[in-house]
Amino acid sequence: MKIEFTLNHSKVTVDRPPEHRLIDVLRDEFGLKSLKEGCGEGECGACSVLLDGKTVASCILPLGRVHGHAIETIEGIRNSESFTAIQEAFKKAGAVQCGFCTPGMVISTEALIRQNTNPTKVDIRNAISGNLCRCTGYHMILEGIRLAVQKREER
Amino acid sequence: MSEGYIPKTLEEALEIRKSAKVIPIAGGSDLMVQHRREGGVAPGFEEPLLLLNEIEDLKTLRTDGDKIVIGAGVSLNELVNNNHLPYIVRETARQMAAVTTRNIATIGGNICNASPAADTLPFLYATNATLVLQSADKKREIPVEEFITGPGQSCLQSDELLIEVRIPKEHFDVEYYRKVGTRKAMALSKISFAGLAAFSNGKLSDIRIAIGAVAPKVVRDKALEGLLKGLSKEEIKNKIPEIRARYEKLIQPIDDARSTKEYRKTVSLDLIKDFIEERVLKKMSH
Repeated sequence: MKIEFTLNHSKVTVDRPPEHRLIDVLRDEFGLKSLKEGCGEGECGACSVLLDGKTVASCILPLGRVHGHAIETIEGIRNSESFTAIQEAFKKAGAVQCGFCTPGMVISTEALIRQNTNPTKVDIRNAISGNLCRCTGYHMILEGIRLAVQKREER
Repeated sequence: MSEGYIPKTLEEALEIRKSAKVIPIAGGSDLMVQHRREGGVAPGFEEPLLLLNEIEDLKTLRTDGDKIVIGAGVSLNELVNNNHLPYIVRETARQMAAVTTRNIATIGGNICNASPAADTLPFLYATNATLVLQSADKKREIPVEEFITGPGQSCLQSDELLIEVRIPKEHFDVEYYRKVGTRKAMALSKISFAGLAAFSNGKLSDIRIAIGAVAPKVVRDKALEGLLKGLSKEEIKNKIPEIRARYEKLIQPIDDARSTKEYRKTVSLDLIKDFIEERVLKKMSH
């Protein structure tokens, strides 16, 4: 069936059954390789994308669920001011080790920054509660997010 | 075979439900995982999907007289963020899964999946919530404990959809929720415990205890609750051994990947003790 949605600010249409996983459509059909498949059951967050500005796991999102909605991936936000702030902050804090979870962490950070201009430590932890880092570099990631939020406020 | 349906109205959805064999799906966070195959391959469903997420009627959150009405399509994060909802509803939702899943998972989906460990069930049992089930031809409202018939089983008919949850608006002096999982986020419950209590003139006027994940269905002993109503602090203290014995019989957990029988039973009884002795009785002395 024809599924229409906004992908990284452009209207797109795909003709596929609605139960296809969004992750497969985005990676295979649109070549968006920033999102990774980790667990494949919505627990690790490596495949996180923004659905109407909210962070969701694309490996358990049926394609039909995005019909008429907006999806954003790293490829769609990487020219934004906030992305630059997050990138610099993650670099400074050493928040990237193997890098597999990083796109998901960045997506969840972006969602947090958009929704909450003054997040507490708990808000930050909650924002990435659906993202696992198998290197367990959480302290650096939390610090990276804190710096990104701070940078954003300074602008 | 049709590839699936994305109706915009409830009427449309109910007509499809009546005329075709479909699998209703809301957020998909349970069904997509249950039907998953390997990475890169679409999940295998036996019937076409009926996607419910575009139906505005299922997303309402309102008050109707003395009831709080929650549409089946309301997401868990919407429950967390709605200040008008009772503490026990918001706190339960807050402890479910993680933000990524709560953004898509719905209350209706959690109920219809009918897992013995479904976290929305204890507060629904405790608040005497009812569910509204609708088909193209009729509408019925039944208590949540009648809806759930066993693990993964409900009495939802093949032409029906769960459209809303109705929670009686009542005042409670104690609202208590404890989830026991392996970690704080993304854990399926080993135990999910809801407790409510109200006082009047120094006596206990109402008490509700509902425990999930410790038996095939949520455990609630209304007869025992009835016996405790109207009692004073001292009278309840004297009944504690009896309360414990009653629940010890009702709590029939299993060993599984998440926990053991023994752990679930011990901790459930400890939570009952904590709720009654540390929260209910302590608050009665003030």
